Amino acid sequence: MASFFQHLRYMLVSNPVTLLAFSLFALLLLIAIFGPSLVPYDPLASAATGALKPPSLQHWFGTDQVGRDVFSRVIVATRLDLLISFSAVALSFFVGTALGAVSGFWGGWTDRILGRLLDTIMAFPLFVLAMGIVAASGNTIENIVIATAIINLPFYARVARAEVSVRRNAGWVLAAKLSGNHDARILFARVVPNILPPMMVQISLNMGWAILNAAGLSFIGLGVRPPTPEWGIMVAEGASYIVSGEWWLALFPGLALMIAVFTFNLMGDGLRDLVDPARRT
Amino acid sequence: MSRLIVVLSRLGQALPTLLGILVVTFLMTRALPGDPAAFFAGPAATTESIAEVRAKLGLDQPLPVQFVDYLADLLRGNLGQSLSTGQPVLSDLAQRLPASLELTLVALVLSVSIAVPLGVLAALKQDTWVDQLCRFIVTAGVSLPTFFTGLVLVYVFYYLLGIAPSPLGRIDIISLPPPRVTGFYLIDAPLAGEWQTTWSALKQLALPSITLALFTLAPLARMTRASMLQALGSDFIRTAKACGLRSSKVLFSYALRNALLPVVTTLGMVFSFSLGANVLVEKVFSWPGIGSYAIEALVASDYAAVQGFVLAMAVLFVVLNLCVDIAYTLIDPRLKIDG
Repeated sequence: MASFFQHLRYMLVSNPVTLLAFSLFALLLLIAIFGPSLVPYDPLASAATGALKPPSLQHWFGTDQVGRDVFSRVIVATRLDLLISFSAVALSFFVGTALGAVSGFWGGWTDRILGRLLDTIMAFPLFVLAMGIVAASGNTIENIVIATAIINLPFYARVARAEVSVRRNAGWVLAAKLSGNHDARILFARVVPNILPPMMVQISLNMGWAILNAAGLSFIGLGVRPPTPEWGIMVAEGASYIVSGEWWLALFPGLALMIAVFTFNLMGDGLRDLVDPARRT
Repeated sequence: MSRLIVVLSRLGQALPTLLGILVVTFLMTRALPGDPAAFFAGPAATTESIAEVRAKLGLDQPLPVQFVDYLADLLRGNLGQSLSTGQPVLSDLAQRLPASLELTLVALVLSVSIAVPLGVLAALKQDTWVDQLCRFIVTAGVSLPTFFTGLVLVYVFYYLLGIAPSPLGRIDIISLPPPRVTGFYLIDAPLAGEWQTTWSALKQLALPSITLALFTLAPLARMTRASMLQALGSDFIRTAKACGLRSSKVLFSYALRNALLPVVTTLGMVFSFSLGANVLVEKVFSWPGIGSYAIEALVASDYAAVQGFVLAMAVLFVVLNLCVDIAYTLIDPRLKIDG
């Protein structure tokens, strides 16, 4: 464990971009946890007199069409956006890892059926499939989470399957079998913990994409309903004011979204360096 | 192995995929919230009339029977009736498909023609500032939400600079659409000799296609760089260099040709990306394609239209992948040696 932290520190110092990504991630988490109790204005309180004001000292990001403070709304939205994408990614991680591990470990028919199932998911343009799922199952936030989880499932299942199948006949697995362990116990207590590092990399590479998807769905009017502050829907509401020059309505939530996605993409690259044994010193 | 057999077997492989798509879209139509029979029977319906409508729609049959009915309907081209436009979904989609295809294809051509040179350049100047800059552009491009990029472009080029037309549709308000031959304005307008209209359509198309191209740039440039590096490091390039061939000959005839094959296979992922992003871009630019049709249908809870859209997109995706695969089979020189 000590050597792990040493390596972590070495990596962060030697690669400033990764350090930046981790700091941004910490900042996002802090905002998501404490943001709602720190914002200067109520994100839902409208003020007819102060509508569509450009950014000022009083309203850092300006005010929107009904006079709500854009800064407070962007900050408060962080929690919901991260919550949607975290739960979607967690769902596809657990289900995908379990399915992939089972089909990689036992092979045979389970493997073939699962492979066909994943191919069918991948046969759709993924965002379009998510739209269809939400349309068919009802327009709620839970269904946005489920749809995002389903379209990301194949990525996790494939990585898990590949990682488990290379370990299936490893010496230590055979030894565990020989000493009388049950197959399921070997798989979930011994093999799965070993494939966690590559799965972690997959998570952080996938997280940015999950946020983009969820925000895209709410941009076209699915899931989150106004007036709930959420980045995608705020950009959608601000879109009609862009052509008349009120740029701050769409710009700030869009920037927040972009920074979140950028953070996760950079962190994915950094984490890959961390768990890749070839680069470990 | 003859090429014809390869192509035919590839066509055969698409069949199970197509079946899978049909099963999923069928299950989606059955998972609708609410009872379609109660919906079609109207608000004043009694229990008997709902049951009658249910029998008429075939909803009282077991699922496999319903699936066969669904397939039969599809074969007749019956995708149902759109509630919001009152037209058959199929004709609505056919009407709007060319707009989406024109946008997607122009964006793809644009993206490929930027990404491939960018990737090659990054590979040639590996680990220099050029390479780093390419990496930065590529990572930034994939982190940008498409709808946000589109809005920023509208703000800068329409509101601030005033060089782009207003983001409302395929053609400006004063021009009339050209007579419909293919539905692609960029083909129809020159055919009719309407150069003014061509120019207008081109201007309208510029921003949305750039937005879409920026999003698909990243995977293509990354893949080109990686496969170009691999090609440049291989033995046959070293041999070609050692034999004293001109470096331009080595680069373009040998390295690039080999490097492009893996790039062609990543096009599948790129199609998936761009068909999805297409929906968002169409909304931002009020583009009258099937994406904005689906969004309107979603808002109006017009399910037949949404299902038709999902099916059309999935079939389009399969066909695009099939075309790429067949092209790949045809240009792969290794198959020529075998045959």
